[in-house]
Amino acid sequence: MTTLQVEAQSQLRVVAVGHVDHGKSTLIGRLLHDTGNLADGKVEELRTISERRGAAFEWSFVLDSLQSERDQAVTIDTTRIWMRTPTRDVVLIDAPGHKEFLRNMVTGASDADAALLLVDAFEGVSEQTRRHALLLELIGVKRAVVAINKMDRVGYDAERYLAIRSELEALLERLGIEVTEFVPTCAREGENVVTPATASMPWYDGPPVFAALLALPAKSIERKSALRIAVQGVIRRDLQRIVVGRIESGSLSVGQEIHIAPARRVARIASIEVWPARPKAVAHAGESIGFTLDGPLFVDRGDVISDVLHPPAAATGFRARLLWLGERPLSAGAAYRMRFGTRTAAVEVAAFERVVDIDSLDRGDAQSARMNDVAEVRFISRELLPLDTVSEHPALGRFILLDGLDIVAGGTVLEALDRRSSSDLVPVGHLLDAEARARRNGHHGAVLWFTGLPAAGKSTIAMQVERRLFERGCAAYVLDGDNVRAGLCRDLGFSADDRHENIRRVGEVAALFADAGTIAIAAFISPYRADRAIARRAAGDSFHEIYIKADPALCERRDPKGHYKKARAGELPEFTGITGEYEEPLAAQLVVDTGLLSREAAVDAVLAYVEEHLIAPFRSDLASSDFRI
Amino acid sequence: MNLLDELEARSIAILREAYFRIAPLAMLWSMGKDSTALLWLVRKAFFGAVPFPVVLLDTEMELPEVYQFRDELAQGWQLDYRSELCPPESSIDPTMQPATRAAARKTAGLRELIAREKYRGIIVGIRRDEQSTRAKERVFSPRVPDGSWDVKRQPAELWDVYHTDVPDGHHLRIHPLLDWTEIDVWRYTLREKIPIVPLYLARDGKRYRSLGEKNITVPIDSHAASIEEIIAELETTRQPERAGRVMDHESEDAFERLRSGGYM
Repeated sequence: MTTLQVEAQSQLRVVAVGHVDHGKSTLIGRLLHDTGNLADGKVEELRTISERRGAAFEWSFVLDSLQSERDQAVTIDTTRIWMRTPTRDVVLIDAPGHKEFLRNMVTGASDADAALLLVDAFEGVSEQTRRHALLLELIGVKRAVVAINKMDRVGYDAERYLAIRSELEALLERLGIEVTEFVPTCAREGENVVTPATASMPWYDGPPVFAALLALPAKSIERKSALRIAVQGVIRRDLQRIVVGRIESGSLSVGQEIHIAPARRVARIASIEVWPARPKAVAHAGESIGFTLDGPLFVDRGDVISDVLHPPAAATGFRARLLWLGERPLSAGAAYRMRFGTRTAAVEVAAFERVVDIDSLDRGDAQSARMNDVAEVRFISRELLPLDTVSEHPALGRFILLDGLDIVAGGTVLEALDRRSSSDLVPVGHLLDAEARARRNGHHGAVLWFTGLPAAGKSTIAMQVERRLFERGCAAYVLDGDNVRAGLCRDLGFSADDRHENIRRVGEVAALFADAGTIAIAAFISPYRADRAIARRAAGDSFHEIYIKADPALCERRDPKGHYKKARAGELPEFTGITGEYEEPLAAQLVVDTGLLSREAAVDAVLAYVEEHLIAPFRSDLASSDFRI
Repeated sequence: MNLLDELEARSIAILREAYFRIAPLAMLWSMGKDSTALLWLVRKAFFGAVPFPVVLLDTEMELPEVYQFRDELAQGWQLDYRSELCPPESSIDPTMQPATRAAARKTAGLRELIAREKYRGIIVGIRRDEQSTRAKERVFSPRVPDGSWDVKRQPAELWDVYHTDVPDGHHLRIHPLLDWTEIDVWRYTLREKIPIVPLYLARDGKRYRSLGEKNITVPIDSHAASIEEIIAELETTRQPERAGRVMDHESEDAFERLRSGGYM
């Protein structure tokens, strides 16, 4: 009677890496044999193959299946083999150790959840061992089991094992790779592969390789982090436009507001489509789905979907670490096509920073990278790229570079560089810091961002607050439509794109005011959360969102400039509150309701907030730090 | 998500990448369990539709049950089905061993199909666990104009960022099932209630485990008369899947040579 197991087991993918002759293929062959995972007749077949070549029996022939691999006894391309165990399926990925086939090694590793790193106990940690460790980090493999192999060649010496172990421990820790076990093995004889080698290595009390692999934790799903979908395309079905893509992280639910980058639009999810099942209410990381939006917004391949509060950075430059695979060297000034997520963009190497030296894992002073070098580089692009760093969103922080039709690099985004610094890639550091400026001024620099419907009272309150702060000895300045549109944004009209750009510029200018120590009061309708989020990002912690709230009907009655009347008459297309939508702040630092408060009380409310957050904490600072100066 | 959900999601993502990046595009369908499961995944990826031609490389040597299954599904699933008649065996390299030579008719048929239709992408339902040279494949595998596969010079393929550009006249083989195993396909077929050719199920103590043309495939001994029983059988078997494929066993490198020449 056979027991029926219809449900699949969980799966772990392990890439075997290490120097070319340290015994990877042998260890894997032995692992398969000793766990009963080789098909009937395989050993006999391999024996025949070995004899035909006049060679001793080679376990590695299990994996090295190509004629040229067997003839040269070297793994050329990555391969994989499935291993069934009582608790989980293990997919073993054999990666070539030879430097010439590094592209195949990273290809194998890029699919792995963990690594099995082999080191020859006699030869010790080699350059290739270090290189592979560095590449594991670049590829994103964060866990490893280390096998210190060929222990028979060092007389099963515990001291030798410990010396190699401590050298590797230091190396891998610096790379942020967690090693769960260091196992001393003799793969050819099967010692500590599946069965513990109690006779030859009684001093080792840890698990053999097989048990160590089974104990590796399962990969974690990125369900908790912020939403990311790289849009693959749009499929039309009847009248529906279904946007399709895989959820790389986070969750998506019907009714949720999402941000579309790089266009910086906000829309709401109308439905989540799957076939042949009925539409779903919610979908999670890992799922390939389709969805529709509630408005006729233009979404296209290459766009990045996120939640409204955590969009990707919009940048024209970024710092990256990459593995160079091109025949010609990589140096500053070269142009490539970059593919990341589902997007392709033209990029240029703005600055070559360094080659990461394999031996010391230190940074050298080379000016270009040659094939198989790991390098750090700054890129710029003419277009605004939706960028995530690899540490925040691994799936979207990775890219490949194409030179013509050839793939010449794989890399990770370390840091997005914004427009300000991308035009001048070496920003000049100030010799003063924010605290020094604040101490002189007696208050923090800040952006008070007033948002609200037309005629809610933003400008009126802003001017009063500016005057009162000035009288109190503070540096304060109002930025509003009148003084910005005349100069800084003279080239912008009132199209949707121009409005976005207007707010972005104001956000940047306000951030500079704040950085200079001034309290910048920005009074703009700024109806979209996504735009305000961009302004917030420019100023960071100095940004204070203040919602000047008023009932739409009340605003229309006030109508000091006659705009509502014109909008009603159809003379102002896209007028916020009438024909354009206003998105209320979800988490404003301060809400001032001008329907409930008098003008004076509204001004006082803002001043009280400034007193508490910008002046008071600093005053106590001053009092206690007098003698420090 | 369980393993089948993960495999499904990745295959759907691969199929959509192929569809949005490569044209013209076609898929090979042998009516076997793998390419039929793949066809089901295509329908999932495109909300019930199959938005490209589905081609059988026809040697006119399939078993009658296979042709009957094709006719039913082509109509029921509204496929843009096309049959590509492969060149006769007499036109194939006579130095090949007999079964290899018979199989190579499909290589020749595929080459003619691609040359005539100018396809830039061919979706194929091969899996890594079937055969050791297939284990070395890329998901998007570039081919030169004659269709041959240079296994020693394959480009890097990193994460899920696929390189899908090839020069004019070249094409890509797209392999959405590469990470699936035989047992995964059966579990998925069972879960999704995907139709199969009845020859996979045992009758009189025999069944086809791998379904090829009648002249080069033999059934195995088995009493597995349902998909559940097939899964139970695979849980314990130590026989390789392609044991019944004659051409794999004619020489050590028979299959490697077939594949280097452009076989699927």
